[in-house]
Amino acid sequence: MSSPSELRDVMATEGAAVSENTKGFNRGRYDSVGRLSDYDALKDEARSIKEDAIERLPELIDRLRDTVEANGGTLYIAEDATDANDYVRSVVADQNAERVVKSKSMTSEEIEVNEALAKDGVDVVETDLGEWVLQVADETPSHIVAPAIHKSRDSIAELINERFDPEEPLATASELTAFARDHLGELIEDADVGMTGANFITADTGTMALVTSEGNARKSVAATDTHIAVAGVEKVIPSVEDLQPFVELIGRSGTGQDITSYISLLTPPVGTPSIDFDDDETPLSELDSDRDFHLVLIDNGRMAMRDDDELRETLYCIRCSACSNSCANFQQVGGHAFGGETYSGGIATGWEAGIEGLDTASEFNDLCTGCSRCVDACPVGIDIPWINTVVRDRLNGENEGQFDFLVDGLTPDEEETSPSLQKRFFGNFEAIASVGSALAPLSNWASDTTPARMAMQRVLGIDSRRELPQFRRETLVDWARKRDTAIENPRRRAVLYPDLYTNHVHVERGKAAVRVLESLGVDVVVPPAPSSGRAPLSQGMIATARDHAERVAETLEPHIEDGRDVVVVEPSDIAMFDREYERLLDAEDYDELASNGYEVFEYVYGLLENGAAADDLRHGDGEQLAYHSHCQQRTLDLEPYTLDVLERCDFDVTTSDVECCGMAGSFGYKSDYYEVSMAVGSDLRAQFTEAETRDRTVVASGTSCLEQLDDLLERPTRHPIQLLD
Amino acid sequence: MSATPTDSLVSTLGTLDVPCEQTTPEAFEEALSPHLRGRSVGVELDGIDASLTRTDVEVDPTPAALKAATTGVTPASFAIGDYGSVVVPESPAGSDLVSLFVDRHVAIVNERDVVPDMEAAFDRFGEAFRERTQSGIIATGPSATADMGELVRGAHGPSEVHVLVVEAADE
Repeated sequence: MSSPSELRDVMATEGAAVSENTKGFNRGRYDSVGRLSDYDALKDEARSIKEDAIERLPELIDRLRDTVEANGGTLYIAEDATDANDYVRSVVADQNAERVVKSKSMTSEEIEVNEALAKDGVDVVETDLGEWVLQVADETPSHIVAPAIHKSRDSIAELINERFDPEEPLATASELTAFARDHLGELIEDADVGMTGANFITADTGTMALVTSEGNARKSVAATDTHIAVAGVEKVIPSVEDLQPFVELIGRSGTGQDITSYISLLTPPVGTPSIDFDDDETPLSELDSDRDFHLVLIDNGRMAMRDDDELRETLYCIRCSACSNSCANFQQVGGHAFGGETYSGGIATGWEAGIEGLDTASEFNDLCTGCSRCVDACPVGIDIPWINTVVRDRLNGENEGQFDFLVDGLTPDEEETSPSLQKRFFGNFEAIASVGSALAPLSNWASDTTPARMAMQRVLGIDSRRELPQFRRETLVDWARKRDTAIENPRRRAVLYPDLYTNHVHVERGKAAVRVLESLGVDVVVPPAPSSGRAPLSQGMIATARDHAERVAETLEPHIEDGRDVVVVEPSDIAMFDREYERLLDAEDYDELASNGYEVFEYVYGLLENGAAADDLRHGDGEQLAYHSHCQQRTLDLEPYTLDVLERCDFDVTTSDVECCGMAGSFGYKSDYYEVSMAVGSDLRAQFTEAETRDRTVVASGTSCLEQLDDLLERPTRHPIQLLD
Repeated sequence: MSATPTDSLVSTLGTLDVPCEQTTPEAFEEALSPHLRGRSVGVELDGIDASLTRTDVEVDPTPAALKAATTGVTPASFAIGDYGSVVVPESPAGSDLVSLFVDRHVAIVNERDVVPDMEAAFDRFGEAFRERTQSGIIATGPSATADMGELVRGAHGPSEVHVLVVEAADE
């Protein structure tokens, strides 16, 4: 894992360029997919093609072998990196090739073929301008699509001027590009072997799709007599028509381009004439096109991932980079910190765990906070947070016995393995909150003392710069139990789910929610209920989370059967009910809870739409609000309900558009990530302190967003339901 | 009347800053002339209702001539209205090379070969690719890169693309 000082360094040196570029891509994605009339249908289609292709992979590979051979090429399946490199080296040696020109391919980075060929004395030249810059700089990619995203124009100019000493120093992007084109153009013309990757390969025709913009892949193939393509086995799809949704989605999802300049649909060996630019006699039409073609499909752990129920989805990944660009943490630290040996961003945890092993994934996996913004962004709908959770759970299993003697008595979790002490502390937050409320205010005073905070930082890694939640002596459940309200002829009957934070910490928002619902004619009960399991899940403690889920279902089931709706204040908990419980509960229990559960504003909206009167709620008389929705709430598309209700009640609302506040549950409390968390939060602070917003009342739906906003801003914050009470 | 695929091609190319002109078989030579810059080479327009014979374009150039040329004229198998794309076929005549190793690519397409969208395009690719082993490039605007710190039009390939749409001959 990157240490705080390493994270600080990478943010200081690369953060500005990474941040500007990824945010630009991310904005571009929203704009570009917004121009599609059938975006969701295309995503569904892409997803189902991948599901089917991975399911039938062995059969498709057999078919592809037949088509490639019928076309005049060779298909080689490499078991691992060494096997792949040995094959490539033998092809290159057979051609007596001195130079190999390459277009961009992450799979070739994965097997480190450049190093293997260099040992044989072969000159390997990267022709993608970003890859070439990195080759000159001797650095690794920090992003799977834009590999040199961490480098500014000035630093590239400095590098190229120093290395090549051009007559006139290069400064602008145009000058640098022109220089690189000329330099690389000569190298391409004299090359013997062209190596490419492949974004997709169709089994029916042996056609590979290459998604590019510079034209270097086209040149690398056209100017050489031997074409080697390296790709993971998962790139095979059934037919040419199946390419369509991917071609429409990949550029939009990644860099925000509707389509890249070139989608090469190559069915190698390609028949383009082989060219020698010194030839001034033979017309192009009379030149030969006698090319060799070798397709090297690489397993390297992928077939084992295919057999792994939890990692299989990783193989649907089309390497578009949406999960990197939409990730608030990635936007700050980039792929050198948020990445493994080859891959970076949220999905890298799946790739690196499958290809390199859990150790490599453990280096960066905790940078995924589970905010879920990448789930919407992913064109094939991969549940990337879940893959991160599973890998974290497996990693917990590797720390056997470390702290058991200390925590077994205090932490009533269901883990058979041993998560770190810090993970068990956050994972068992419910037990801590119960004790905290029982002993409040004494518990708050005790934990606020300097020695206590120093101990917490040392033993638990809880950053002492953070204010801790203040537990309330009277929980929401206690308060509700003492009330005696009766709603005559109730419009609806509901359970207000007393989530951990609303029950113990942000009790006022719970009271407000109860009163608001009652004023709209809802009969509300607040029974004691277990916490949702969000806290242990975020620490990778899946068994404990499942135990919570089962107990929550058991507790709420009688109420649902009694005709009550379930209303949830905390967005991360309604997200549990809607998303993660599908994996934790049996289908029946999941459906019951998911179909009867509502986020509080979604519920209020439904009441107003069905005849309840907004006049029964407190109105804002035009009060100006700055509203920050919650990441998981936005993934579920629940933000519009809050906005609609607030506007009906005469509030004037402006919203933030950051992907996440940066706190993300326990993430921002951890000493290791405090600075990353605050860097993410700085965007939100900027949005809420500019002239337009600085005098607006700040409201936010999520507990951790509110905690983060309290640390970022100097004005009070609250849950929007409190404004209607 | 709803927009035709050609209307949509013209309007999308407009947003990509790609000059596009509609012409007729009779007026083709005259229409092409202003789109040529510097030494111009080309590939005969097989399948298109127009010919390069009476133009200033050097048809079927040598590699050396291609390298010295500024403009490359090629047929496009078809075009995709929604995306402003032209499909450059791979051919023994070297369309791929002539569209790539120049600074300005001029693509010529029949109006009847402008399909509305990507779905129609891939139906066409699927049928054609299964019938005969072949390759094609969906080219949209000039080559470009953002790898040097900001967007630059003209990376390894052309920095300019022009498109001429040839209407069917009068019946």
